[in-house]
Amino acid sequence: MSDQEALFEYLLRLGDNALVLGHRLSEWCGHAPALEEDLALSNVALDLIGQTQLWLNLAGEVEGKGRDADKLAYLRDARDFRNILLVEQPNGDFAVTMARQFFFDAWHYLLLRELAGSKDGRIAEIAAKSLKEVTYHLERSRDWVLRLGDGTEESHRRMQAAIDDLWMYTGELFEADEIDRAMLREGLGPDPAALHEPWLGLVKATFEEATLSLPQPGWAQRGGKRGIHSEHLGYILADLQFLQRAYPNATW
Amino acid sequence: MDSLTHPDLSQIRSWLGEVPDPEVPAVSVMDLGIVREVQWEEGELVVAITPTYSGCPATSVIAIEIEAALRAKGIERVRIERRLSPPWTTDWITPEGRQKLEAYGIAPPAEIAGGPSPFERFLRKPPAIACPRCKSVNTHRVSEFGSTPCKAQYQCRDCLEPFDYFKCI
Ligand SMILES: [Zn+2]
Repeated sequence: MSDQEALFEYLLRLGDNALVLGHRLSEWCGHAPALEEDLALSNVALDLIGQTQLWLNLAGEVEGKGRDADKLAYLRDARDFRNILLVEQPNGDFAVTMARQFFFDAWHYLLLRELAGSKDGRIAEIAAKSLKEVTYHLERSRDWVLRLGDGTEESHRRMQAAIDDLWMYTGELFEADEIDRAMLREGLGPDPAALHEPWLGLVKATFEEATLSLPQPGWAQRGGKRGIHSEHLGYILADLQFLQRAYPNATW
Repeated sequence: MDSLTHPDLSQIRSWLGEVPDPEVPAVSVMDLGIVREVQWEEGELVVAITPTYSGCPATSVIAIEIEAALRAKGIERVRIERRLSPPWTTDWITPEGRQKLEAYGIAPPAEIAGGPSPFERFLRKPPAIACPRCKSVNTHRVSEFGSTPCKAQYQCRDCLEPFDYFKCI
């Protein structure tokens, strides 16, 4: 694999994470438990979709085959998506959505902070821009983990169950493969393993304050970065891509 | 137009000062610091703009409105450039912009974005935000997000006014 191909793959991962999670959050629009939450979830989704556009446009530019963000988002099949498994997991109840968001935001924040120092100026500027937005996402999802964890008996039970269920999808965030190693070698991106300690530190401190217990280390579900997805991604794409599939090149 | 008949840049900036932000029409694109640079390049006017938030749907509307406003002033060749770096910050909102926001009922950003490290922000108490209606700082945050990504929702405990706060980024 050439450096250029590795960079393309890496940018797809960044774009697809934001796209799939942004889409998941948009599913809450009109259904959230309170108006404020409806607005907040939609705003976070909007930030993520905006970031998707930046990453996927850059990916298309690097690939050099004339694909832009729209073509990459709407015309690839599940096997060509490179998002981590965590972001495609269903919304579940509000606790599941916020636990998923907290795990992602904490990692995303740390990753973007490193990418803001990337040797590739195009990566650095998108990361610096996104980092400002993601700081708010993290502040909010962390706050919800605290409120539900240290809330009522029922909210605590639900948040603990959400954490226990999603924990096996967090391992993939910190595993390096040949693409991550190529990025590290070129000074374009960080070693994913190096993000684990600060991530776990933040998670532990938050759980402690929220009276939640940290799940035991166990088997990690992986594959999304290589295009091996759970059954959920196909349903997301059926919804997301329907219009472009049914009416190719439709614009509005 | 040749260089002798170009409207000068301060004239152009003052015209742009009349182009309202589509989501917060009380302030102009100049007040918000969205216009980063204006210059003539071989008879073409280049206006560099930066998005406030990466998913902000207003950014493309702003580009269209700037172009339309300049054309209405007789400038035929306009190019809008999108610039991502350095990323937009609320520190670029002008003092007049802050006053206009407050008069419109939106509390302006209370902090300097370039100040304390953002990672530590959730470890400390959020700053006191003054109610734009009665100026009391006895207010509380209802939600970190409001009607647009750039705003948070607050409520005044004294006069009970619910209001938007233009959050620091
Ligand atoms: Zn008041």
